[in-house]
Amino acid sequence: MKFISEFREGALGSGLVRRIERLSRPIRIMEVCGGHTHVICRYGIRDLLPPDIQLIHGPGCPVCVIPQHEIEKAIELSTRPGILLCCFGDVMRVPTRRGTLFSLARGRGSVKMVYSPLEAIEMAAALPDKEIVFFAIGFETTAPSTALALKRASSQGLANFKVLSTHFIIPPALRVLVKDSSSRIGAFIAPGHVTTIIGPDAYCFLADEYNRPVVVTGFEPLDLLQAIMLILQQAAEGKPRVENQYTRAVRVQGNRRALEAMDEVFEIRPAIWRGLGLIPGTGLGIAPAFAPWDAEKAWDLSQVEPAPEPPGCLCGDVLKGVSQPKDCSLFAVSCTPDSPVGPCMVSPEGACAAHYRYRGA
Amino acid sequence: MCLAIPAKVISVEPGGLAMIEIEGVRHKASVELVPEAEVGSYVIVHAGFAISVLDQEEAQGTLKLFQEMAEMAAETPHVGDIG
Repeated sequence: MKFISEFREGALGSGLVRRIERLSRPIRIMEVCGGHTHVICRYGIRDLLPPDIQLIHGPGCPVCVIPQHEIEKAIELSTRPGILLCCFGDVMRVPTRRGTLFSLARGRGSVKMVYSPLEAIEMAAALPDKEIVFFAIGFETTAPSTALALKRASSQGLANFKVLSTHFIIPPALRVLVKDSSSRIGAFIAPGHVTTIIGPDAYCFLADEYNRPVVVTGFEPLDLLQAIMLILQQAAEGKPRVENQYTRAVRVQGNRRALEAMDEVFEIRPAIWRGLGLIPGTGLGIAPAFAPWDAEKAWDLSQVEPAPEPPGCLCGDVLKGVSQPKDCSLFAVSCTPDSPVGPCMVSPEGACAAHYRYRGA
Repeated sequence: MCLAIPAKVISVEPGGLAMIEIEGVRHKASVELVPEAEVGSYVIVHAGFAISVLDQEEAQGTLKLFQEMAEMAAETPHVGDIG
């Protein structure tokens, strides 16, 4: 069992597709993970479904939901003397009013790509004369790694390590989306890996208060098909609930160690989401006990003003599921993965990049 | 960053580190969040940290369900096939 090829067996998909055809009804199903967006486009899942079933993309790409001015804060820090900014590769190509982090990495050499915050910690230990700032992005899947890095910095007394946190948490954003009548979401494909951390019960309010089926879903094509089938079954029974399709990875209790580390290191604060605006309770700032490692406490970044969306860019509506990438007049014309205008074209997890890459596939 | 695919644990080192293999390429990852991970386990890794150990029995249960549905679909005529 390698947990990959077994879940891509085309012959096994036929049974699921048949069942979906039998249960088909008009419904809009939103996935809230960039990984799911990618799989849906790569395997042409839409083409296997009856036309009544619409799959719409939600704000599941972490790079896409970061407001431009948060990236400009990171750029501002990287231009100050003595600071080396470390960040994940995905965020480096997002265009801002001040260029990209990638252009700074090439130009001034004050930005470095890392795969893990632990690399930034190692750099801080090796370069005591530099201030190492880790630009922390992502949802509940990456927040625990930042939390553990901060705990390590604290236990090692690494005074030259700082974190600029733009971590988001998902469930309260889903409440905003389900209440938004323009999105018209009938059911949710819940993010499998986020749920390995927070546990499936985090979505109960969507079923209990808003009567929406929710299925926590894995990342292979057969997982997606089964999730759609389970959603249709729930809709036919008229009993919306949270179901766990991804039982091989997601436990009922989530990952307790990760949750404890996040609780210790972060405090919940409001956050601005690109496209969705300010949502209370969705940001993770750094708790007072870890203030010595908080980049926002160490340097004044208040002069970085919020940025308007690029003219003509529909990323905001794409992130709410109101528009599809092809609805945007810039899509595949002036906005392409090589020369992106909006963030949804930058990351491979972004809806526009996935549609572009697999268009006509 | 989040297109995580299962990685095989090749060795577990002291200090919560492990050597993992994804599509034939070896990387270092922290297993601090999944102390139950052992050599041969498959884990999901995000940002250099394993966040979940995959459960073989559960995976087999899901695949069995797919198999049963495929067999049922083969036996029952499709609505569109009738008439």
